[in-house]
Amino acid sequence: MLLINCPWCGPRDETEFHYGSEAHIGYPEKPEELTDKQWAEYIFYRNNPKGWFAERWVHNVGCRRWFNIWRNTVTHQFGPSYKPFTKQPSRPK
Amino acid sequence: MTIKRRHTEELPEHPDFLWKNPSPKKSYDVIVIGAGGHGLATAYYLAKNFGITNVAVLEKGYLAGGNMGRNTTIIRSNYLWDESAGIYEKSLQLWEGLEEEVGYEMFFDQRGVMTLAHSVSDLRSKQRNFYANAVNDIDSQWLTPEEVKKIAPIVNISPDVRYPVLGATYQARGGIAKHDWVAWGYAKAASDLGVDLIQGCEVKKVKVENGKVVGVDTNQGFISANKVAMAAAGHTSVLSEMAGFRVPLQSRPLQALVSELLEHVLDTVIMSGAVHVYVSQAHKGELVMGAGTDAYNSYAQRGGFHVIEHQLASALELFPIFSRAHLLRTWGGIVDIAPDASPILGLTPVENLYINSGWGTGGFKATPGSGWAFADTIAHNRAHELVKPYSLDRFVSGHLIDEHGAAGVAH
Ligand SMILES: Cc1cc2nc3c(=O)[nH]c(=O)nc-3n(C[C@H](O)[C@H](O)[C@H](O)COP(=O)(O)OP(=O)(O)OC[C@H]3O[C@@H](n4cnc5c(N)ncnc54)[C@H](O)[C@@H]3O)c2cc1C
Ligand SMILES: [Zn+2]
Repeated sequence: MLLINCPWCGPRDETEFHYGSEAHIGYPEKPEELTDKQWAEYIFYRNNPKGWFAERWVHNVGCRRWFNIWRNTVTHQFGPSYKPFTKQPSRPK
Repeated sequence: MTIKRRHTEELPEHPDFLWKNPSPKKSYDVIVIGAGGHGLATAYYLAKNFGITNVAVLEKGYLAGGNMGRNTTIIRSNYLWDESAGIYEKSLQLWEGLEEEVGYEMFFDQRGVMTLAHSVSDLRSKQRNFYANAVNDIDSQWLTPEEVKKIAPIVNISPDVRYPVLGATYQARGGIAKHDWVAWGYAKAASDLGVDLIQGCEVKKVKVENGKVVGVDTNQGFISANKVAMAAAGHTSVLSEMAGFRVPLQSRPLQALVSELLEHVLDTVIMSGAVHVYVSQAHKGELVMGAGTDAYNSYAQRGGFHVIEHQLASALELFPIFSRAHLLRTWGGIVDIAPDASPILGLTPVENLYINSGWGTGGFKATPGSGWAFADTIAHNRAHELVKPYSLDRFVSGHLIDEHGAAGVAH
């Protein structure tokens, strides 16, 4: 079980959270101008890196807030977690 | 060769070596990346059906060390949509003659696959699936709870439990096979036809010139090829990135477990989406159960133990008799999941580079059909009829093949 560092509540068990996939996917600024291909990319395409990944979690049985966190998809080691709309810490080494 | 169904006491002796272990040549007509079931089947059918034998299968680890050797081996073809009926039923038909064809025992055992319904909405969706199968000429039966009990006496069908059994679909032609033997059978047959199986050979870069694939860089040097076919399951995103295009796949851990060896109590396969259980009893006697995927992206081939605990708690609801069985072993594989839970197959944006991926949590059953249709696709450089609906383009056109609901537990 992962121990996940909620930026509001501190480290808690994985079972308190829900996963939200890749972080920093913004709604398209001009949706009316998107081609079908760009819509497909927005809706269906997410990065799937082997290594460090900036992802979202929601602390749904705790503070119920969303946040972002760096995690390594090979080792499951976590990097820094950070609140939405704050500056993204650089990718851990 | 005739193959008789045998019992464990008389497992056949393996020859010392089933395939040669050659060093890679400088160039091949076709390179297949990944020696899981799909890669091996593809190589076999390229050689067998199209006489294309100057083929290498490159495997970064050992043969069938990925999902092929980690799955719970459930085989069935009773999916919801026509596109799925096409490829999974083709596959089941190939399974039915496979041991004879490749001359190798695989313990393919049509012991039936039962899918339970536990609530009114569950019942309706299973019945919809049952009728869809009938329309597609796929054998399927509807079972009452009493009929469920008759086939599988250990299922708890009393009405006052958390998940009462309201009915079930049953595909009598479904079943299981011994996954490693399936891989070895295909490997031996392909190797006998001249295919080079190269283990410990990791593709580091897919070389593309003027939009066309020319070969691969590996830890054993550059190997050139006219055509390159990816069958890398959980690593498909990594490989397609090497080739310069993206795929809508996410890699997740999927875990399974076995109990100690027990006397035979279950001679069919039982799946339940609502309770989230799928279980069969292996020929040797261990109960084989699959869990759900872990929530997050991963390449680590392991998941959290709470997922296993959850799985076992669910299983006990349906099978109180399991409460005394000891857990022997758990493990995980990395499965590649597409947004509609269906595979992504066929041509790619790179010329002469082909993709066979997205089988996610349920591609073992498709091994023969996928290899068969993919080999045809590679040989003719166009998507085979059964492969066509599974193109990458469907995410742009919107022609998704949504098998989430139909599969329930996704196998
Ligand atoms: C726990 C579990 C239970 C499952 N249960 C079922 C089930 O009951 N029924 C069912 O139908 N399906 C099931 N599946 C799904 C099924 O196992 C997969 O869909 C299927 O095995 C995937 O195809 P494959 O055999 O070719 O993959 P794999 O065996 O994973 O083969 C891919 C190979 O590519 C290699 N590779 C990757 N990158 C590179 C590279 N760069 N260079 C060289 N080689 C590379 C890997 O090492 C690997 O050996 C299950 C999966 C898991 C994990
Ligand atoms: Zn919190």
